[in-house]
Amino acid sequence: MAKPKVATTSLCGCFGCHMSLLDIDDRILKLVELVDFDRSPINDIKKIEGQVDIGLIEGGCCNEENLAVLHEFRKHCKILISVGDCATNGGIPAMRNMVPLGECYEEAFLNGPTVVNPTGRIPDDPEIPLLLDKVYPCHEAVKIDYHLPGCPPSADTLWAALVALLEGREPELPYELLKYD
Amino acid sequence: MSANLQEAIGPVCESFGHDRTRLLDILLAVQQRLGGIDDRAIDAVAAELAIPRVDVAGVVSFYTFLAPKTRGQLVIRLCNDLPDLMMGAEEVAAGLEAELGIRFGETTPDGRFTLEWASCIGMSDQAPAALFGDVVVPRLTPGTARRLVAELRQQPPGADLHRLLVRAYGDGANAHDLVRAAVENNLRQAGEVIFAQAEPDAGLSKALAMSPAEVIREVKTARLRGRGGAGFPTGMKWEFVRAADGPQRYLICNADEGEPGTFKDRVILTERPDLLFEGMTIAGYAIGAEHGILYLRGEYAYLRAYLEHVLARRREKGLLGKSVLGKPGFNFDIRIQMGAGAYICGEETALISSCEGLRGDPKNRPPFPAQRGYLGHPTSVNNVETLCCVPRIIQRGSGWFASIGSRRSTGTKCLSISGDCTRRGVYELPLGTTLRDVLARCGGEDAVAVQVGGPSGRLVGPEAFDREICFDDLATGGSLVVFGPGRDPLWVASQYMAFFIHESCGYCTPCRVGNVLLKERVDRILAGRGEPEDLDYLRALATTVKTASRCGLGQTSPNPVLSVLDNFRPACEARLKEPFEGRQTGFDIAAKLAEAQRLTGRKSVHFDA
Ligand SMILES: Cc1cc2nc3c(=O)[nH]c(=O)nc-3n(C[C@H](O)[C@H](O)[C@H](O)COP(=O)(O)O)c2cc1C
Ligand code: SF4
Ligand code: SF4
Repeated sequence: MAKPKVATTSLCGCFGCHMSLLDIDDRILKLVELVDFDRSPINDIKKIEGQVDIGLIEGGCCNEENLAVLHEFRKHCKILISVGDCATNGGIPAMRNMVPLGECYEEAFLNGPTVVNPTGRIPDDPEIPLLLDKVYPCHEAVKIDYHLPGCPPSADTLWAALVALLEGREPELPYELLKYD
Repeated sequence: MSANLQEAIGPVCESFGHDRTRLLDILLAVQQRLGGIDDRAIDAVAAELAIPRVDVAGVVSFYTFLAPKTRGQLVIRLCNDLPDLMMGAEEVAAGLEAELGIRFGETTPDGRFTLEWASCIGMSDQAPAALFGDVVVPRLTPGTARRLVAELRQQPPGADLHRLLVRAYGDGANAHDLVRAAVENNLRQAGEVIFAQAEPDAGLSKALAMSPAEVIREVKTARLRGRGGAGFPTGMKWEFVRAADGPQRYLICNADEGEPGTFKDRVILTERPDLLFEGMTIAGYAIGAEHGILYLRGEYAYLRAYLEHVLARRREKGLLGKSVLGKPGFNFDIRIQMGAGAYICGEETALISSCEGLRGDPKNRPPFPAQRGYLGHPTSVNNVETLCCVPRIIQRGSGWFASIGSRRSTGTKCLSISGDCTRRGVYELPLGTTLRDVLARCGGEDAVAVQVGGPSGRLVGPEAFDREICFDDLATGGSLVVFGPGRDPLWVASQYMAFFIHESCGYCTPCRVGNVLLKERVDRILAGRGEPEDLDYLRALATTVKTASRCGLGQTSPNPVLSVLDNFRPACEARLKEPFEGRQTGFDIAAKLAEAQRLTGRKSVHFDA
């Protein structure tokens, strides 16, 4: 029987959640035995190739590209998981939600202390994704099946959740795995 | 307080006896003198009346016609109601902007002109129309608007602009020396009750020979119901007021006529003021009131001098004042209270707040105005047309009145008809007339939809054209807006929601917030981005707003949306898109990208936004 497929991506996150996934240490060998990876920064595949069993989303949605990727994941993944506080709540990037979008653009492209921009205009290059008016948690844009809190969720948390789902069980995480202080 | 401010404000307050309940009049007079009401003027009025500053500031910020910020010497308010938009108000607006070099909401740098949009100013049959200060300028085109403004600019400051603004007077009393308005009556059909020729004050003489209880009984047997929209039996209302305890009672005539598309009260005020004052006097006699108030909407300020003149004449003739028509012990007089541009003030409890010099906020009910109304006294609020029926009922008898119209809706109804039809204007028809008959009369046979009863009424399609205009079927306070082929029911709903958003007093959340959310979702469907779930969302939210709002505004404001869902569902469904499985339907990508698209000047590469 073909191995279950897993895909991962980082939207508006810091890659800390992916680092945490790598922190499962030698269990990574077991993981590779258990699953095949579709699109993921781990293998640098840029587009989902087929049906995926479990998708892991790090980071919330701050721009049009994030949204497009999230849609791609939702369309292809049977189970979609928001991993970490950015994906579940918007997290640190959502601090910009207090600042009007115009000011964000101006700080980034016109007035910031390190900005050199002789055109004096906000760039309109299609390579630079348009920002959404606010940073949104993933479940506001698409239906999300599971939420794993933490910044980042610990390696043990990720491992426990993944293994349970791969074995067809509901993940039941003990208090220690969800407690952060 | 600076010396000249005090000089301007002191005498104004003095002329109203430093009466805090006349604050609205005081502020209107102060504004007239100073050209605007700034913070210092607010301070000065508060000090002069010895009331908290916030009471004054609250009133100033509430009414559209009072300006907390300085406006130009001449404020041009272009009406943005649907008939106006359908007749080209936006092109007129573009012309005005081009000529003055400012946008709507702005004032010219020389401080002479301000451009503003206004909710319906009661001229839908001669749209597009605007108020230039107090002066109504109907039937504008982009060309005439530009020319007019260019000419106004040439005038030295302080010149009399009336001559320029009004080139030709309208018909009937619009040409009266004290009116001098370009407004046309467009009275297309005079019925048997209001616009029929009748012997002046015959009803009043007859009423004063009866006892008040007999007058009320006559009105009850005529089965007269209120013409202002709610259709409450008038005789019963008067009985409540008469029975309520209190040393004084008040009669208020509601001439706020703010329901968009309604203008029949304007024509009655212009052509039948004596009949109205006669009706008010009879009503005062019936309920035992000595004071009547005519609450005249600010948009009709051009009629004020004329109406004051009619009142003065009636006083001279002994039709008002002490011992009316020699009837010992019956003293009755009427004062005019000007409104200041707020639709909500047509709602009777808000209207009472406004007469009391407060913000026009609705009050909680109970107590009802009949128990505790103006200044806490039992008060009857009646519509202009309702009061005009009364002298005719008394004069010709309740049997005569009840023989007109249908069994449960007696008498005639004055309809204000505008929109896509050839003969716009006022029609006085027996209640029970079918919509199809009305459309044939006004040249609107090819209508695809008709808004009956203003935004708070309903939008109906051809399948309803055989229904009757009456209290039990298609009820209306008088407004009928005809939409011809090519008009979009969803656009109609969206525009009407904009009206309610603007006019909500903001007191309760369902109305203040709910109407905004309703409009957003309607606009999304209109833009082709709607999803099937949106229809359920709209219905659920509309129901919440209706049930959880405090006053009649919020309780009816979702009606345009519900009308579209009930009567024009295929038009909605045709534009819906199926979202892919798993997308959250409420997440409006286009709306969330709009700001960035504006800032960067490019379109999204991923989404069709
Ligand atoms: C938001 C709102 C606006 C209203 N506007 C008017 C109005 O402009 N003129 C009017 O006569 N009644 C208006 N009414 C109805 C009044 O509250 C009141 O029922 C009416 O003046 C009573 O008079 P009637 O019994 O003669 O109709 C409005 C009601 C609401 C809820
Ligand atoms: S949740 Fe924390 S670790 Fe994960 S992406 Fe956000 S900031 Fe980084
Ligand atoms: S329903 Fe609307 S207009 Fe009425 S009190 Fe509430 S907020 Fe004000």
